[in-house]
Amino acid sequence: MNPLIPLFVITPLAATFLIMIIGRFIKEFNKYFTSLTLLILVIISFYCLFKTGGNVSVYKVGGWEPINRIPIGIYMVMDGFSTIIVCIINSIGFLSAFYSISYIKRYTAENYFYALFCLMIAGMNGVVLSGDLFNIFVFLEISVISAYSLVAFGVEKNELEASFKYQVLGSIASFLILFGIGFIYWKTRTLNIADIKEAFSSGYDKSYYLFVQILMLSGFGLKAAIIPFHAWLPDAHSSAPSPISAMLSGVLIKAVGIYVIIRLFFNMFIISEEMAILITTLGTISMLIGGILMIGQWDVKRLFAYSSICQIGYVVLSVGIGMILISRGLKHDVAVLSIAGGLFHLINHAAFKSLLFLNAGAIEYRTGTRDLKEIGGLARYMPVTSSTSFIASMSISGIPPFNGFFSKLIIIIAAIMAKFYLLAALTVIVSIITLASFLKFQRYAFYDKQEYPKEPKPKEVPFPMVFSMIVLSIVCLLLSLLVFPGFRDAVLTPAIDILMDPLKYSSQIIGL
Amino acid sequence: MITYILCFMLFLVGLYGAVTRRNLVKIAISLSIMEFSTFLFFALLGYIDGGVAPIVNPAEPNKIYVDPLPQALVLTAIVIGLATTALMMAIIIRLYRKYGTFDIREIKNLRG
Repeated sequence: MNPLIPLFVITPLAATFLIMIIGRFIKEFNKYFTSLTLLILVIISFYCLFKTGGNVSVYKVGGWEPINRIPIGIYMVMDGFSTIIVCIINSIGFLSAFYSISYIKRYTAENYFYALFCLMIAGMNGVVLSGDLFNIFVFLEISVISAYSLVAFGVEKNELEASFKYQVLGSIASFLILFGIGFIYWKTRTLNIADIKEAFSSGYDKSYYLFVQILMLSGFGLKAAIIPFHAWLPDAHSSAPSPISAMLSGVLIKAVGIYVIIRLFFNMFIISEEMAILITTLGTISMLIGGILMIGQWDVKRLFAYSSICQIGYVVLSVGIGMILISRGLKHDVAVLSIAGGLFHLINHAAFKSLLFLNAGAIEYRTGTRDLKEIGGLARYMPVTSSTSFIASMSISGIPPFNGFFSKLIIIIAAIMAKFYLLAALTVIVSIITLASFLKFQRYAFYDKQEYPKEPKPKEVPFPMVFSMIVLSIVCLLLSLLVFPGFRDAVLTPAIDILMDPLKYSSQIIGL
Repeated sequence: MITYILCFMLFLVGLYGAVTRRNLVKIAISLSIMEFSTFLFFALLGYIDGGVAPIVNPAEPNKIYVDPLPQALVLTAIVIGLATTALMMAIIIRLYRKYGTFDIREIKNLRG
């Protein structure tokens, strides 16, 4: 029993209620309290990251012990993989909340904003730490329902339309997931992921198995905005308030989409070659089409949103290559390298994409527009925004020594070593397209004109926003250290061990 | 078996409605149909022929009970579904105030 695990869900939930009650009487309580809560969670999550290592620790909700090795009750599981995602969620959450202190003044009803923000964090932490399939569904709904309302937070035409689209597609995804959970329960009579794994290892009906896998992949793929299911993402991510866009793009699509897909396919299902090829194809298509759609955008946040689809494609692609190799049972070390590249890119993408959305928010905060054609020459007036967004753009396009370079390099090397030359070539080409679109953003936003065309001239944004952007850009630089063996062994290796050895996951949980 | 097929058909009816209807409220209703077909499926999963409510009575050890877990899941899912539907209706009312129509073809500010 690890008593720290439930804190990740309880603390933000308690913060939600306290903000709604005390925030009514004490002004300014909500913003500082949210930041403080999330700062505490960041500290706990990093403590867990370095303490967990290769172990799997379990918290049994309500203290229900297993009977005859059959788990009853809800399990919360913390292992190498989930601690990484928890660290990302809480760190980006803290920086976005701190950024909101000055950004969100332009909206009314700040109390609701911070309450929904904490609720979203609670939901995502719950999804990541849950070891129970239905519990994943419940927490997923908590986080996406708060995301729906946060997307509509501006209550103007665009925001409402985007939120409605997101809700329709999100609800369909939820029902597909629920249907899939029903089918799994039908055959296995259990909801615990480790226990389902045991039940599946002792034989299964092939067509039934494929059907369940497709249901799960399409449900969570919709949440992760892999390409045939991407239609909601550009609207939702560009219409939300900027700190929320940073949370949605940087964290939510990973925590409730990619994380769950990887967890289910590695630790619950037995990896089959058809599904591995399907996932790789979806990743490649996402990467290509996301890249092509990205370059024509003139709305800053839409450009970033399409680039999220593209970068998520990279992650899915490299994890898919790993799955193909595992299913064929050859080149174990290349599979490890490929999955490591995917996870590394996942971490990096959280850092630079949320930084880019915070930059877009800073530009919008001072100029009131997101259209690249209307702004220009901002580098003189907003030096911090300009330099941090330069770091983020270079990271996302894969220029050394920033973090994006190393993760893309690992993905490309893994693809070549696995003899997928076409995929490696496509990865390089899409990387060049990314560089082109981000140079376009840099040029039209910060350098194109000698002077900003309109009066009054913009000035640098307030301290909380500057602080968050600077911290994230330092993180972008520091994350490249993960490529070195010492840091890699501490952070990435435990996660990959858990994924590569599914028996370790299930046996540790059931044995506990 | 026939009940399972009917249940899946209900799901498809909801999906068809959500894809083809043009009215915002009708889309919301179609989503509710999908939702309830899923709940029905869960209720069917726990059903055992001749089973009774799972209140264990030590005096009658040979009684057959229905599986209580899907019922608990459905209760949770209904609560979640209520929240989703309420939020969606709130958004629809706001959309109607902004656009003055329920027709989804006229609500297309965002594209590209």
